[in-house]
Amino acid sequence: MSNYRITGNTGEWEIVVGMEVHAQVVSQSKLFSGASASYGGEPNSHVSLVDAGFPGMLPVLNEECVAQAVRTGLGLRAKINKFSRFDRKNYFYADLPTGYQISQFEHPIIGEGKVEIELPDGEVRVIGVTRLHLEQDAGKSIHDQDPTRSFIDLNRAGVALMEIVSEPDIRSPEEAGAYLRKLRQILRYLGTCDGNMEEGSMRADVNVSVRRPGEEGYRTRCEIKNLNSVRYVMQAIEIEAERQIDIWEEGGTIDQETRLFDHVKGETRSLRTKEDAHDYRYFPDPDLLPLELEQSWIDELKAHLPELPEDKRARLEKEYGVSRYESAVLTAEQSVADFYEEVAKGQDARLATNWILGDFFAALNRTGRSIENSPVSAQGLRELLGLISDSTINGKIAKEVLEDMVETGESAQAIVDRKGLKQVTDTGAIEKSIQEILDANADKVAEYKSGKEKLFGFFVGQTMKAMKGKANPALVNELLKKMLSA
Amino acid sequence: MAFNYTLASARDALKKREISAVELVDAHLSAIERLDDRLNSFITRTPDQARQAAKQADEQLAKGEGGALCGIPLGIKDLFATENVRTTAASRILDNFIPPYESTVTANLKQAGAISLGKLNLDEFAMGSTNLTSAFGGVENPWKRKGSDARLVPGGSSGGSAAAVAAGLVLGATGTDTGGSIRQPASFCGITGVKPTYGRCSRFGTIAFASSLDQAGPMAQTVRDCAIMLEAMAGFDPKDSTSVNKDVPHYEAALDRGVKGLKVGIPKEYRIDNLPSEIAALWDNGIVWLKDAGAEIVDVSLPHTKYGLPTYYIAALAEASSNLARYDGVRYGERVSGKSLDELYEATRSAGFGDEVKRRILLGTHVLSSGYYDAYYLRAQKVRTLLRRDFLQAYEKVDVLLTPTAPSGAFAWDEKPTDPVQVYLNDVFTVPASLAGVPAMSVPAGLDSQGVPLGLQLIGRHFDEETLLAAGFVLEQAASFTHRPTLHAGVSA
Repeated sequence: MSNYRITGNTGEWEIVVGMEVHAQVVSQSKLFSGASASYGGEPNSHVSLVDAGFPGMLPVLNEECVAQAVRTGLGLRAKINKFSRFDRKNYFYADLPTGYQISQFEHPIIGEGKVEIELPDGEVRVIGVTRLHLEQDAGKSIHDQDPTRSFIDLNRAGVALMEIVSEPDIRSPEEAGAYLRKLRQILRYLGTCDGNMEEGSMRADVNVSVRRPGEEGYRTRCEIKNLNSVRYVMQAIEIEAERQIDIWEEGGTIDQETRLFDHVKGETRSLRTKEDAHDYRYFPDPDLLPLELEQSWIDELKAHLPELPEDKRARLEKEYGVSRYESAVLTAEQSVADFYEEVAKGQDARLATNWILGDFFAALNRTGRSIENSPVSAQGLRELLGLISDSTINGKIAKEVLEDMVETGESAQAIVDRKGLKQVTDTGAIEKSIQEILDANADKVAEYKSGKEKLFGFFVGQTMKAMKGKANPALVNELLKKMLSA
Repeated sequence: MAFNYTLASARDALKKREISAVELVDAHLSAIERLDDRLNSFITRTPDQARQAAKQADEQLAKGEGGALCGIPLGIKDLFATENVRTTAASRILDNFIPPYESTVTANLKQAGAISLGKLNLDEFAMGSTNLTSAFGGVENPWKRKGSDARLVPGGSSGGSAAAVAAGLVLGATGTDTGGSIRQPASFCGITGVKPTYGRCSRFGTIAFASSLDQAGPMAQTVRDCAIMLEAMAGFDPKDSTSVNKDVPHYEAALDRGVKGLKVGIPKEYRIDNLPSEIAALWDNGIVWLKDAGAEIVDVSLPHTKYGLPTYYIAALAEASSNLARYDGVRYGERVSGKSLDELYEATRSAGFGDEVKRRILLGTHVLSSGYYDAYYLRAQKVRTLLRRDFLQAYEKVDVLLTPTAPSGAFAWDEKPTDPVQVYLNDVFTVPASLAGVPAMSVPAGLDSQGVPLGLQLIGRHFDEETLLAAGFVLEQAASFTHRPTLHAGVSA
């Protein structure tokens, strides 16, 4: 159980949150038409007559969108409903061409599932998924182009969305954030939603209520609509919970309503009350037959499902010996995990893990690049680590080489050759260098011999410096020990 | 003489080059010019395109090519979208709507070589049984009562289609039938009309009234004409998810099957109180004709028949209220501006829709509303299932059903009841087949004492239009209905 509490004037409060996440389905064309579902484009350039609701036009279900919903359901370990149905949700708005949205009200394609989230302290919580259904997106109204008129862009109208509804199992803003991130991660792994919140590919509505710790049942909730970042979700929940607590503590009651989050002012505002709520007059869309899925088709999708984040994590831990923390970082994005495996496979996995999580990520951060457009390829990094493993260069030199790789795009081997960075393993040359250091520091040698053993590091440093860092550190250690004890 | 042709005989004459498509089309175009200012069966006439198409048809026919309907002049109910030809649904809200696309049914007819002479009048959005709700004025039934010049309604909603065929302005017309909109006007105008099985003809590009009921079908002088037309119109269409992927049989070939050994059911629930005795007598004639032709007559029961009308009006209007939401003045069609979006909607829809359409949108919205949904919409769906089961059970015993098409013959414009429910009663015999999705047709079977035509309805099994047409053909032969209306292209003015 979460122990997140908000302390009000009259004591502690617990928050109860459920989320509805709208995730745009990755597909070539829209849910019920052949128009392109790609993002952007000139206004009204991805619009078919079906999307624009012309007289006599009929929806035809896009099988790929159905497959994507089923893949998502499998990824959420949810019940796949072999029978589902499309309903019309009726309301008037200028960017809703037919006057109804085709959605799934009574019989969603996906039933109950679950999402495991891991909190910073390592605690794992299971958030229940109530259902997932397919529906159409609406178009976009543009109000800022003309003082008196609005413009409509129907490019998004009819694009497939998955609405993923959670149980009210979330108990803190952090859990909400973790849930949304985890959901996003799963969808991205499955390739069913690109998870791009800035472009609106994923948006969340959160239902928030508060209650006393230990209190049974739920109090009235408010829905905060259209949050398009993890940060806003977390902020909005906290702010809304505090608003509700103030009202309860002042002896008031909460009205069930829909609210908007204003991140600039840091407040939520009422959008419409329950009394203003639309009567959507849902009924089965008579233009579409019920959707019936065959088990063999579902099995086929299941057989080709990509590895899910949790499975990948467990495998990386087993195959590469990475820690629980490391596996989380490495599998946060599938592209990182793929990169990691390409580097680590058949190599010194520990070396690869340390390098990727350390110097390589630092280089990405420094250059503001992501793994997809990394300045150093997985092959390139693999080569560099190979040079460490076969003692061609030492770790310190390797850091230098990586910086050069980032800057010049040259291969590790080319840089080592060009700059003559190959490690010195010639014991004679190292002995010669050590002897010079010892000779020049006779006083320190004496101190060392009288027991000040931490001076050993000083001699190592001096020797490496004299050899421009290229000496094999193990050999330096070995020879120094021998010569100092002579 | 161009006006003694049926669609079938014209087809044969065209093939044999006894007449050219240009002659045939010209004759019909001039008949339209002569008669249709009065009948008002056309909303939009397309003579130039028709003449152009006729020339091309003649070229094809000369080479022995051309489809099953090559050179045949047809009329298209103005509910089918026709590319670059105004399509109105008889509503102000689509007054000047010119679609950039063609409905599948009309595309199929074109593909078969048919020539459209224009777009035919109907009740606004196919909502009505009189054709008086059209924003483009009512249609006059070409039939007259004996000794009276009173204007009679052609029935509806496919009133323009029925009148144009009856008056000889076209050799066939497309209709659509949601609760009787092909069969009732066919009966009122003394022609044949077929509502195929739901799913037989694509609904793509046909302006929707009630999606789960709407079905396109042929209207023509004879059963054979309808068989020929239906074969061209029907077929699976991936653009309509409710169209059914079944091969289209050669319907014309089924006409000669006869009814020997066929079991014909007479549903007792259709013998309603107040059924005019002339209609009851006609029904009895029909029974005798089929029996004489070798059919076995079986009494059957369709116990939920009495719930047909309320079920139909709930189901159809619920769908209609949603289907017509798209006419909002935002993207196409008529727009009346307003200061806000809501005002634009209100002004556009107030001005654009007629009273009957508004009434039906209100009723449909009501039955889907929270608090009423279960009592109306949901219950209607359940009853619909029972009605369908009635038919399936009846078809365990019989092959086809025989009933009257409508509880009356054509009435005068000014006799239209002021109470809409009285008008809805016109559909009492036609809506059950619509709700069940089974095919049905109306065949002209006689005249009433005032000289106005009456039709008999045959109702068949799902996708068994062949048996339906075969029985219709027998009925047609027996009835030998050769009467012609007062206003007819073949009668000089």
